[in-house]
Amino acid sequence: MSREKILAAVKQNKPAPVPLPEMLSFAYPVTDLTAAFTAAITKAGGATNIVKKGQPLTPAIKALFPDAQRIADFIEGDTTTNAALLQQPALLDVVVLKGQLGVAENGAIWVTDKDCVERVLPFITQHLVLVIDQPTLVGNMHQAYAVMGQQNPDYGVFIAGPSKTADIEQSLVIGAHGPRSMQVFIVEP
Amino acid sequence: MRVALFIPCYVDQFYPQVAIATLKLLQHLGLEVHYPMQQTCCGQPMANGGFEHLTHSCNSNFIKAFDGYDYIVSPSGSCVLHVKDHLHDHQQETKATQIRQRVYELCEFLTDIVQVQSIKASFPKKVALHQGCHGQRGLKLAASTETVVPWFSKPVQLLKMVEGLELVDLDRPDECCGFGGTFCVTEEAVSSAMGLSRIADYAKHDAHVVTGTDMSCLMHQEGLIKRRKLNMQILHISEVLAAGL
Amino acid sequence: MHTKPIPHAEAASAFLENKERVQWHDETLWFVRYKRDKIVNEIPEWEQLRDLASQIKDHTLSQLDQYLGQFEAAAIANGVTVHWAADAADHNRIVHSILAKHKAQKIVKSKSMLTEECHLNEYLETQGIEVVDTDLGERIVQLNKEMPSHIVLPAIHIKKEEVGEIFHQHLGTEKGASDPLYLALAAREHLRQKFLAADIAITGVNFAVAETGAIVVCTNEGNADLGAHLAKVHIACMGIEKLIPRTEHLSVFLRMLARNATGQNITAYSSHFRKPQPGSEMHIVIVDNGRTTQLGREAFRNSLKCIRCGACLNTCPVYRRSGGHSYHNATAGPIGAILAPNLDMRKNADLPFASTLCGSCTDVCPVKIDIHNQLYQWRQVLTQEGHVPAAKAAGMKVMAGVLASPARYSFAGKWARKLLRWFPSLALNKTFNPWAKQRDLPAPPKESFREWYQKNGGSK
Ligand code: SF4
Repeated sequence: MSREKILAAVKQNKPAPVPLPEMLSFAYPVTDLTAAFTAAITKAGGATNIVKKGQPLTPAIKALFPDAQRIADFIEGDTTTNAALLQQPALLDVVVLKGQLGVAENGAIWVTDKDCVERVLPFITQHLVLVIDQPTLVGNMHQAYAVMGQQNPDYGVFIAGPSKTADIEQSLVIGAHGPRSMQVFIVEP
Repeated sequence: MRVALFIPCYVDQFYPQVAIATLKLLQHLGLEVHYPMQQTCCGQPMANGGFEHLTHSCNSNFIKAFDGYDYIVSPSGSCVLHVKDHLHDHQQETKATQIRQRVYELCEFLTDIVQVQSIKASFPKKVALHQGCHGQRGLKLAASTETVVPWFSKPVQLLKMVEGLELVDLDRPDECCGFGGTFCVTEEAVSSAMGLSRIADYAKHDAHVVTGTDMSCLMHQEGLIKRRKLNMQILHISEVLAAGL
Repeated sequence: MHTKPIPHAEAASAFLENKERVQWHDETLWFVRYKRDKIVNEIPEWEQLRDLASQIKDHTLSQLDQYLGQFEAAAIANGVTVHWAADAADHNRIVHSILAKHKAQKIVKSKSMLTEECHLNEYLETQGIEVVDTDLGERIVQLNKEMPSHIVLPAIHIKKEEVGEIFHQHLGTEKGASDPLYLALAAREHLRQKFLAADIAITGVNFAVAETGAIVVCTNEGNADLGAHLAKVHIACMGIEKLIPRTEHLSVFLRMLARNATGQNITAYSSHFRKPQPGSEMHIVIVDNGRTTQLGREAFRNSLKCIRCGACLNTCPVYRRSGGHSYHNATAGPIGAILAPNLDMRKNADLPFASTLCGSCTDVCPVKIDIHNQLYQWRQVLTQEGHVPAAKAAGMKVMAGVLASPARYSFAGKWARKLLRWFPSLALNKTFNPWAKQRDLPAPPKESFREWYQKNGGSK
């Protein structure tokens, strides 16, 4: 009954129709998207590594996290190990996932439930590694949504850096509830 | 061009020198300036206090006083904004509308209408500018730091014409001073704290003269300065622009 | 129950007694605004984005019933259960019924100003259910048995030493420890246990997309996601005004929200929830609680465009010097002051007067709400409805009479100046005249300008 009451009140009280503005598409002025993306993600507390297509990532990841015991790598790792690790996601040290696209202006990477296997993985892991193909970089959010189009995944998230908080006296602490660090591999063709 | 001088009530009563400086400045530019004796107040103190419904007679009186002039000029951004936004009279709305369109704050009148290119004044001192909020954000006398627009400032444009005057940069170029009409007494503690922050900013930048487009803001800050016996002088922008005339 | 809260001016003056604290509060929030200025100036089309955001919201409000219907249908098709709550009590009952159905005892909640507005935690407590706030700032104020003092920075009024003491008492951190890194880590460990054990997660909603039925939640800490993904049930609570028509519109709002809020390009996580996880439940509670009334108030309806970025609080020179709690309302600051009277005029009649009408809030607002004009308009409404002191009304009547007549005005002015010269001590009496508490009065000149003008005829 609240539903009808609310909708009736909205109907009665809403203003005269206002047209929906035409969406403007703002161009992104920077040409070197990789550099811009790197700057943005660095500002957000993350880091990028640029690699060539075909170059194996595992050694680089091992080098970045020498102490990591439990690495769930959904790009180069093997299924059995990953399945075993997924039994206790809270113990994961590193999760390696593929991202669909990166946004140069803000360093955000679009990841859907299809990409992250379990929705909780990019959040519960101590460290997150996202891998994106350089050609998927776009300038800004308008372009990002234009590329994603009507994809409408069941769940999707823009991830821009490790989790962080400044809730104690505005001092920035990297590593709030989610990952304490984030590494991005940009794979050049 | 017939110009009427609109002098806010508290300037008339407490700061006649500001009104005189405004008059001199305008006359110096060769303008025919009148001061309609009928005028009292724009009604802002009541309206901002929530009593706009009591301003009717005030408004009619204002219209009577200023009807028929080409321009109405006032050394107060706040009062001008009030007139522009709220001067109405259902019995003579056409006249009210005309007045709302013809009323100007002194600086914008000088830069936009008279389009002065030079001013003879000389004021060889370090000066801090307090941009009154109503003038700045309401009348758009200057770009506000919140917005992403090309920088401009009509008061600064004028002050730059004054010989010897050195304008200091403030940490917070356009923060409110806390006057706010009745706010200055109903929220006395916050109001004073805000004013003291402004004053600290001037002092930090070694300015011993503070000027601005609104005497009300300056009156409040002057009160704080005098109570603390600080070495800081308050002058309305008209007094600076008329210095040495 | 409905006692009048401490008026803003009084609470502010108490807050101002601790000079060091106030200065810190002011400077810290000013720094947030500074960072915001810096980053928005990197976006040359900022003002166009503001126009666009404002127009999208205006449009949505003008067809809100259709968009709510569209959203509901899409959400249901997505397998989400949609609930409607007319007011706070309704909202709390609905949430409670979901918890009860699942016999849930362990609840985690990420930031939601709506649940604060509805006092959900207190309500559930009376039902014997404890909710753990998981946003670090909210957890701090929750442990300290307080309300958030800021919609984006809930614990901005608390110093790290105090956080240290709160955590020492509740989380067993070392006594005297005040290093933010250490304290945040302790909170991380404490809250991770809560996330892992939670039966149900409650989140707020930043945007609700009508065409897809998706809700978008933005956090930096990752708490909304950890909660929602680990619990079997996700309850998202939203006001009716969170709607936007299409997914592409998110691009406008997500470009603005974090930049304007904290000076970041974007929050660490912008999560789009459309369907429940396989094997889980997702509920959306759509709440009115006075919003439809506000929609009907022409002068105030566009306050419903607010995206809760908090920038108007950060920029407000009054808020920075009076603290969020002085607004005695879940949402403080300028936006709180135009929302609160809609809920309860008597209780919140002081708030629209807690402003100088400087207009900084209006200029900083990403959706172009004319906040300071609405403060002005609320003053008129509150006065008309009899919510201002009688003495003030009487004084204003006298003033109106004097100012309506040039003769009475000249007479009064002359005598005021004379009295000031004759009895300066009277005018400087701090009890009669709050002006004089910290300020001197202007030295009364012998003659007014009009007297001078009459003598000098305006000649040079
Ligand atoms: S009113 Fe505007 S500035 Fe204030 S919180 Fe809402 S959106 Fe942000």
